[in-house]
Amino acid sequence: MCLAVPVKIVSIDGDEAETEIAGVRRRVSIFLTPEAKLGDYVLLHTGYAIGVIDEAEAEETLKLLEEIASLSEVH
Amino acid sequence: MEFCGGHTHAILRYGIRQLVPKTVEMKSGPGCPVCVTATADLDKAIALAQLPDVIITTFGDMIRVPGSYSSLQQTKAEGADVRIVYSTIDAVEIAKANPEKSVVFIGIGFETTAPTIAASILKAQQEKIENFHVLSLNKLTPPVMKALLDSGEVKLDGIVCPGHVSVIIGSHPYEFIPKNYGVACVISGFEPLDILLCIDKLVEQIESVEPKVEIAYPRGVKPEGNKKAWQLMENVFEIDEANWRGIGIVPQSGLKVRGKYERFDADKAFSVSLKPPRESKGCRCGDVIRGAATPLECKLFRKLCTPESPVGPCMVSSEGACAAYYQYGTPEGLQGF
Repeated sequence: MCLAVPVKIVSIDGDEAETEIAGVRRRVSIFLTPEAKLGDYVLLHTGYAIGVIDEAEAEETLKLLEEIASLSEVH
Repeated sequence: MEFCGGHTHAILRYGIRQLVPKTVEMKSGPGCPVCVTATADLDKAIALAQLPDVIITTFGDMIRVPGSYSSLQQTKAEGADVRIVYSTIDAVEIAKANPEKSVVFIGIGFETTAPTIAASILKAQQEKIENFHVLSLNKLTPPVMKALLDSGEVKLDGIVCPGHVSVIIGSHPYEFIPKNYGVACVISGFEPLDILLCIDKLVEQIESVEPKVEIAYPRGVKPEGNKKAWQLMENVFEIDEANWRGIGIVPQSGLKVRGKYERFDADKAFSVSLKPPRESKGCRCGDVIRGAATPLECKLFRKLCTPESPVGPCMVSSEGACAAYYQYGTPEGLQGF
């Protein structure tokens, strides 16, 4: 129930935004994330964006995960 | 213990229990809103569905959970108007389209979902949709963690804190856990590597005997959480006790609709008389929710209780521990747990 998926904002119209993930488009409410901008990834939960994904942090985590993956290749 | 049912499913789905050393034992916690809804509250939702001119709107999993005497699904089959919605936005739209009926949304969920329910009440107020009501069964995460730790029934060294609850509440509300109970807390994302990273951080904290709250999901979670969502929740709801399946009444762990929005409160708008709740015989969902038993210890699991014919909510919900064990484990493969 606390499932939330990252979707990309492709247009904004007041409290609502058109979002896209893997070619699927959906209109969502950005009432809870007024700071969301065009091009941002937001976490979508039951029709509402509940948080904006921090791209720098996402890249940092990806890097960390790649490091872990490369370590396991060595062993 | 992973609090969140989403984590339980990811852990079983990706075989994380087999990947981590045997010294790390993972326990499923109460983080499944459908599972922790008390039978008495479900009975109330069913009774509301049986009222004339009422449309019940609910998230999908709820309709199959057996109550004491019926389920929402059975009540629907008997003629009640019960509709599954994806979002509270859809529930408000149904109210708008059916002004002659009363529309009740069954408000289950933790802090992740509660702001969206608060938003629906606000929208109904702004648009003067007087026939929209919420049966608020929302629950709060940190108070029930406190209740589990206070009971001492399950000895925990660390908690995998729920990622999407924390998007809303941030990391501060967990700080009493390392401080007062010496239990490590790490907020985790839901990808398998996120969870491994979280377990690594928990083990590090436990080994160094320096319990604290860490965020291993910084792309989604800020220490302060989502303030707008938090404010909205505080505006519409006030904190109250809540009845949890398997745990009982937990103080300050629920949300009720504030007086200023009482015309949207289903508890105020309708009065239903209920027979005393009756639990399914032999079902150990309550023990599973507290982490006191695994689904394998339930005699009904895989025999009388299956996803096609569930006895308890932990087998119904897509986040329930029993559903996860059923879906991703073989009896042989799970014996080691």
